[in-house]
Amino acid sequence: MIRVSSVSLNINGITVRADEGATILTAAQDAGIYIPTLCYCPDVSSIGVCRLCLVRIKGQRRLEPACRTPVEEGIVVVTDDPEIERLRRVILELILSDHDFNCLLCPKSGQCRLQELVNRIGLNEHRFNRLEHVAKDLPIDTSNPFFDFNPNKCVQCTICVRTCHEIVGNDAIDMAYRSYDLRVSTFANKLLKDSACVSCGECMERCPVGALVPKKTEYPTREVKTTCSYCGVGCGLYLGVRGNTIVKARGDDESPVNKGNLCVRGRFGYNFVNSPDRLSLPLMRAYDEYAQPSSVVKVTEEGRPVTLPLVKREGKFVEINWDQAIKYVASSLAHYKGDEIAAISSARCTNEENYLFQKFTRAVLKTNNIDHCARL
Amino acid sequence: MDKSISIQSTEDYGINSAESLRLLRESLIAGEQTTGKVVSVCCGSGCMSSGSEHVRAAFVRGIKDQELEDEITVKKTGCHGFCERGPIVIVGPEKIFYQHVTKEDVPEIISETLIENRVVERLLYEDPVTGQKCFHENDIPFYQKQRRIVLKNCGIIDPTSIEDYIKVDGFQALAKILSQMTPEGVIEEIKLSGLRGRGGAGFPAGIKWETARNAPGEEKYIICNGDEGDPGAFMDRSVMEGDPYSVMEGMMIAGYAVGASQGIIYVRAEYPLAVHHLSTAIAQATDLGLLGHDIMGSGFNFEIKIVKGAGAFVCGEETALIASIEGRSGRPKPKPPFPAIQGLWGKPTVINNVETLANVSRIALNGGKWYSEIGTPTDKGTKIFSLVGKVQNVGLVEVEMGTTLREIIFDIGGGIPGGKRFKAVQTGGPSGGCIPEELLDLPVGYESLAKAGSIIGSGGMLVMDEDTCIVNIARYFLDFAQNESCGQCTPCRLGTKQMFKILRDITRGDGKPGDIEILLELSDAVKQASICGLGMTVPNPVISTIRYFRKEYEEHILERRCRALVCRSLIFYRIKPYRCKACMKCLEACPVGAIIGAKWQVHEIDQSKCIKCGTCMKVCPKRFNAVECVTGRIEGLGDKSE
Repeated sequence: MIRVSSVSLNINGITVRADEGATILTAAQDAGIYIPTLCYCPDVSSIGVCRLCLVRIKGQRRLEPACRTPVEEGIVVVTDDPEIERLRRVILELILSDHDFNCLLCPKSGQCRLQELVNRIGLNEHRFNRLEHVAKDLPIDTSNPFFDFNPNKCVQCTICVRTCHEIVGNDAIDMAYRSYDLRVSTFANKLLKDSACVSCGECMERCPVGALVPKKTEYPTREVKTTCSYCGVGCGLYLGVRGNTIVKARGDDESPVNKGNLCVRGRFGYNFVNSPDRLSLPLMRAYDEYAQPSSVVKVTEEGRPVTLPLVKREGKFVEINWDQAIKYVASSLAHYKGDEIAAISSARCTNEENYLFQKFTRAVLKTNNIDHCARL
Repeated sequence: MDKSISIQSTEDYGINSAESLRLLRESLIAGEQTTGKVVSVCCGSGCMSSGSEHVRAAFVRGIKDQELEDEITVKKTGCHGFCERGPIVIVGPEKIFYQHVTKEDVPEIISETLIENRVVERLLYEDPVTGQKCFHENDIPFYQKQRRIVLKNCGIIDPTSIEDYIKVDGFQALAKILSQMTPEGVIEEIKLSGLRGRGGAGFPAGIKWETARNAPGEEKYIICNGDEGDPGAFMDRSVMEGDPYSVMEGMMIAGYAVGASQGIIYVRAEYPLAVHHLSTAIAQATDLGLLGHDIMGSGFNFEIKIVKGAGAFVCGEETALIASIEGRSGRPKPKPPFPAIQGLWGKPTVINNVETLANVSRIALNGGKWYSEIGTPTDKGTKIFSLVGKVQNVGLVEVEMGTTLREIIFDIGGGIPGGKRFKAVQTGGPSGGCIPEELLDLPVGYESLAKAGSIIGSGGMLVMDEDTCIVNIARYFLDFAQNESCGQCTPCRLGTKQMFKILRDITRGDGKPGDIEILLELSDAVKQASICGLGMTVPNPVISTIRYFRKEYEEHILERRCRALVCRSLIFYRIKPYRCKACMKCLEACPVGAIIGAKWQVHEIDQSKCIKCGTCMKVCPKRFNAVECVTGRIEGLGDKSE
């Protein structure tokens, strides 16, 4: 194992040890010292633009952002003094003056980093009231089917841009314009649905404020750890459940496969589980001579997945049971040999199932005509 | 010695050693003595806009008509600095200085001066104090107190002729260092000279070079920062337009010292003439073998490219400039890493300002010791200032460091026109501060100006008289700053916006008690918390004006008074009834029909309609002088404070 040498530094009078290459911010956080941050996100590189994490390093002329200043042996750091406090207040007031802070109606309320910062740092009411509160009134982009982008709530922290660039590698968004007009934009300022966006929602997950919010904001009451059923990658997943319905999905940070990230299917594609249209059983054509009409003729019950096999009789599906279905398939397959037949399996199956299926195709059906849809 | 080198075209000779450069120079000088008189027409941007191109064309035509082409050559030169008096023409071997020359004057100059050797008196400069006519540039007070080192060749050489540059001491410095000095030696020499960056921050050039030289990496870059963006500043523009070769030579010397083989000149696209002259210079030097592979047989390779900037002010900041060259949007990056270690494409990069690089060729030729003796013990060398605003002699001046502001504004600049009173001088553009009258004896230097709350910056010097409203000036600079902020860091993006809004409110009479304190608090936050040099300095105009002119701010906020009568919301025009002769002049001239009255009926201004354009005041006959402009809370005049 590689040993990382550690350095010792002093933060607010406390001696702290930190790994070499760590930042002052992480060293402080590990030691339980709070430094306010807004544009910091541990998953992506730090750029230090919000300027809230400024700290004083003894002997340095200027305040430095804790999120991107590496620790050094013996440095003395002050994270909070009246001057830093005043600066943070001014910065916070400035951010708020540019923010559509209609908190009661905001879906992010309660989980908003800006709210938390205001609670922690506070405002100077007199000064804050003197600042002009400019309603930017930019159009809200609702074109994406899964999440909305409200630029009026955006604090230009660029976490979404860094996420799209560094984690997703898609570069669908970037910062456009300059000065006061700086904002997150797709290429040529198109709607998200017309852009290179793949709707993975990684940016939405990391947005510290209510600028990027899911269209559906039901809160789960419990979570179930599972594996995503969409493709063979096998991303770790937590499904948020409310009642008996899945209302949210999030990546499992501890999963070695996806490290907490998800694609559009894993994150938003869970509706099929509870869908009334869902077919979970084999179908059989009613006019087929091998069809054995079942004693049960009842079709689907409204709002519930069908739990029995179905046959289609004169244009209609009729329920049959699994034994009948398997028997039918087996007898049908017996008619063909070798390359007369081809098999296609599904990405929705597990690796093990796919393995078995190809083995069955090659060993039993005696053909190499086996393929797979590879991805969904 | 072979003296028969032809100078007909550049293809005929290539310079492959210091010796061949010397030979070429000698033959060029010898060639000049045989061709007779020279008419130099200033074709800098200032003179061009007052019509020097027509003047030049008229000379060419006139000389052709008289069939004097063999005896008289017409040459276009770069900026002389005295833009106020343009177009400027220097005539003959006597170098007679003619000002405000129009194309109608040209036949007279040809017949009188060029043929008859007589001076055209009316085109000479007249000293406003003594009334004496000045024949030569050096007789004019504007030039007497200057020390032109960087601008040495501006106005002398033809900026599109490399032969002209070689004739003065062009490329001698390069030849000297390539043949006699080691790169370390060059750096030592620059360090000895005490040259500091002329772009604004004033970082010692030698140390920057040394850092880049010692930084690991095969490939290194020299960037010349010609993205001059300060309003009213045109030093770098004039140097690039008038003497592109010096800049180029400076870059080559820097390249040799640092170990770089590539140079990039980043110049604003708004400077087409500079781009044209620089690219001509590069092409000529490449043809001559002065750029490219194995320069002067020394094994040193160097090439220069031009990159045109799209005009963002913030791209003058070095990390933003690098981003712009790399094709990304021009936003600064936090330092460290410094560009000298990790710059363009992640390679060690030296970025120097145009003026700094032009200084380099002079230092390399004359030695660091020579340069360090110019100026003051703390600030070495000279600095070019663009003297603009309410001053007699608008133009470009180069003075030794340590010259006082009073000398620059009153002795060189000729003081304030129209007998008005001096109020303040704004140095360093949007990053600088205003310096009041009581500090006029301040010597110009990096530290001395910083102490007064301003900076040298790139060298803008905006003079203001008593008719300038100081709050309005602060508002103007903040408006510039809030538009030019790149927007990435919060304090600069939003702080400058809010400061601008408060200042705008004050100039509109909507200021509130306590605004000054809020402005100072915001300034402090923007200054301390911003990422780059832009944010760190743009509050300076506000901080310095509050420091020296707090009274004026208070008058605006508390008394609704603008003593300079500039802020429209705070001034009112009214007609003194006892002086009005009901002549109907103002009534007819008023563009909005705000004047009530008739023949034989004393006029009155309807304040609800008045747009405060001041036309009534201008048209009222001087002998009546019935219209007056007032400010402050005056009973009966639109006090909208409550």
